Amino acid sequence: MNKLPSSTRALMLLALVLLCLPLVLPNSFYYDVAIRVAFNAVIAIGLNLLIGYTGQISLGHAGFFGLGAYASAILSSRYGWPPALALVAAAAGVATLALLVARPVLRLKGHYLAMATLGLGIIIMIMLTNESALTGGPDGMAVPPFSVFGRELSGEKHWYAVGAVALWLMAWTALNLINAPGGRALQAIHGSEIAALAVGVDVAAMKVRVFVLSAAVASVMGSLSAHYVGFVTPGVAGFLHSIELVTMVVLGGMASVFGSIIGTVVLTLLPQLLSAFEGWETVAFGAVLMLCMILLPKGVVPTLRARLNRSAP
Amino acid sequence: MLSQLLQFLFSGLTVGATYALAALGFAIIYNASGVINFAQGEFIMLGGMAAVALAALGLPLPVAIVLAVAVTGLAGLLIEKFAIEPAGRADVVPLIIITIGASLVVRGLVQVTLGKGTHSLPAFSGEQPLAIAGATLLPQSLWVVGVAAVVVAALAWFFGRTARGKAMLATSHNRLAAELVGISTRSVLLLSFVLSGALGAVGGILVAPLTYTSYDMGIMLGLKGFVAATLGGLGSGLGAVVGGLLLGVLEAMTAGYISSAYKDAMPFVLILLVLFFMPRGLFGAKTIDRV
Amino acid sequence: MKSLEVKSLTKVFGGLHAVQDVSFAVRQGKVHSVIGPNGAGKTTLINLITGIYTPTSGQVLFGSQDITGQAPQKLPALGMARTFQNLQVCMNMSALDNVMVGAHLRQNSSLLAGLLSLPRLRKDDRACRDEALKAMALVGVASYADAQASQMSYGALKRLEIARALMTRPSLMLMDEPAAGLNPTETAEVGRLIRQLADDGLTVVLVEHDMPLVMGVSDTITVLDHGSKLAEGTPAEVRANPQVIAAYLGAEAETDQQLEAA
Repeated sequence: MNKLPSSTRALMLLALVLLCLPLVLPNSFYYDVAIRVAFNAVIAIGLNLLIGYTGQISLGHAGFFGLGAYASAILSSRYGWPPALALVAAAAGVATLALLVARPVLRLKGHYLAMATLGLGIIIMIMLTNESALTGGPDGMAVPPFSVFGRELSGEKHWYAVGAVALWLMAWTALNLINAPGGRALQAIHGSEIAALAVGVDVAAMKVRVFVLSAAVASVMGSLSAHYVGFVTPGVAGFLHSIELVTMVVLGGMASVFGSIIGTVVLTLLPQLLSAFEGWETVAFGAVLMLCMILLPKGVVPTLRARLNRSAP
Repeated sequence: MLSQLLQFLFSGLTVGATYALAALGFAIIYNASGVINFAQGEFIMLGGMAAVALAALGLPLPVAIVLAVAVTGLAGLLIEKFAIEPAGRADVVPLIIITIGASLVVRGLVQVTLGKGTHSLPAFSGEQPLAIAGATLLPQSLWVVGVAAVVVAALAWFFGRTARGKAMLATSHNRLAAELVGISTRSVLLLSFVLSGALGAVGGILVAPLTYTSYDMGIMLGLKGFVAATLGGLGSGLGAVVGGLLLGVLEAMTAGYISSAYKDAMPFVLILLVLFFMPRGLFGAKTIDRV
Repeated sequence: MKSLEVKSLTKVFGGLHAVQDVSFAVRQGKVHSVIGPNGAGKTTLINLITGIYTPTSGQVLFGSQDITGQAPQKLPALGMARTFQNLQVCMNMSALDNVMVGAHLRQNSSLLAGLLSLPRLRKDDRACRDEALKAMALVGVASYADAQASQMSYGALKRLEIARALMTRPSLMLMDEPAAGLNPTETAEVGRLIRQLADDGLTVVLVEHDMPLVMGVSDTITVLDHGSKLAEGTPAEVRANPQVIAAYLGAEAETDQQLEAA
């Protein structure tokens, strides 16, 4: 039998893990963690396409997440829209916004690009905080449950299914893209923009497209998170959340889909483990960030892969 | 009308002086290493909080201030030694995350040791406001702008006239060349972090009597300081000062004439405009890539 | 038929005339080299032709089309490819992916199609993979078919760039110092490759320093010095041109020649 490509085997493993996990999760708390990991991992994979594969950076991605969350919240609770429709509309709106800002922003590089995306995220957060008539202000607003075709999603098992399916689909499509001409063009942009131009890649347009894609993904997951949690506050669009998302990508491994999943698992579980430290969480979090970036600058998965390759006969 | 404008100008210049010091801190480190130190804002916070804590222990205010500046300088040194140096020649993104991690450590330690409350320092020379052309000016504002001006002048002297300062400038222009003529770029880097720490601390201490200081004020201040540095032109000392003052004034004008709720958004709208239309800032240098 | 024509091309940077009123024409299927001492403006010339710089004045005609100042990414569609003096290989990708990227314009690069892995896309990609492997074999790096670009030697990477350029199915290839950093054996192989490509109908414009390579492989040569055209002709004509000799070796060589003649 021909050996299946490693990405196919990994996807099968992921499916297996996702299917078996409910069997071992003891209670609601663990379900909640699993669901949040799944949601974050989807965003992380989308963000990795932008950061790891295309070599750009976004320090404001939580802004797109927040916009998706609030758009869903406002449309479904204040205007009575069906949540599914609100989610799609939110994603379309966020994609449009991303499209508008992407071209000028992505002409920048390095620290300047980081700063511009940072500014974007903060502006979004400030707007969400200040437009209290619409958004409920700093105290946030409640979000009705998610329902589609009259069936309501309630309870951890429904949401786990949503998260697991979303994660598997995102991993599958991302791996597809990487091995497709479009994905190669993105990676070429990261490797050498001049070379990409020399073979006809419309570098500016492709950067915009992957930026919009990752923003839309963040928006969708923001909408779903809002419905899941039942409440949304402006903090979800804040700088710290943006940093968490970037760290999930960088820690797990740039240009590695499964790295993003691992990074998300670690970074979502870490605060849980650190809560025992009673106030020292921030210190520990910061220390972990520094250590990981100093010792594993390529991220967990690529570093492990390199070690394994070296020791293999 | 005029008195209102003057009022905004006064408050803008006051906070702008802090931004200028923060921006200078960014500029110094950026010049020495190309690193954007996201922990700069925490230096400002640490200076103010440390001064508060030391004064609360009973130390006379001037002593507390000097010690607080020293502590923050030390923090800068530790960050350089334990976060930046081990990273070697890392890429932009990992370096950004490392400095963010460092900022979290500083913030977390302050939170644990000094709590989450807000504090302030007593004004240096009393709280009697001065009336100037219909606007009120607090004496502390004069302290802020005055001390900042002295600090900037001292830095200008240091970089322009002392051997060590000139060595630092040389490193910023061409690191390899500096190393080849025997300048220890390692010690330049170390000094740049200590200096930036001290600068941030001075800024934080100066405004502590005017605005409350607390463990989480560092983020916004640092980001705004970075905006100011970019506005002035990353790496330019003059640009940092001008950028900081300009930013402070624009922020005050926004708060006064447009909306105080959105005053915090203004620096970031400004940075987007600067990056789109004038990315090198007011005084930044031009570079060309060789293909 | 003229494949490429450069007319009075000039580029001024600030006060520096990097390229000054340079004109030449290259016929289809011929190898035309541009040589000159360091700083003569050779790479600037290539960058002007390939759209990296916009000329201050002058024209570039490709076939019958005026491509002066066209953006670099528009040129592969017209049939123009190039390799770079400072290696521009994507070290984050595999060797094969680097080459396959050359077929970008012929493939469906839409993100949506890629995400969904449409069957037609996969079929095209398999064909592209085969073509890329053939290109790698042609340039002599077939042994790296499963390797990462980061694992390849400098000489192999230079040839990988050629394979990538060939994947764009060009009618004209501009090569900027393809032999730089190569040892004599590798250089000779590059020379053989260039001749073979030209014999197969590809027009080649070569910027090079390596004289044996240039003399051995070129049909015509343009000599640049301080941004201006100094001489032009066949290898034999250029080799004997006293001004060319003086420019390369300095006025002493001219004096030596005169002394010898006396």
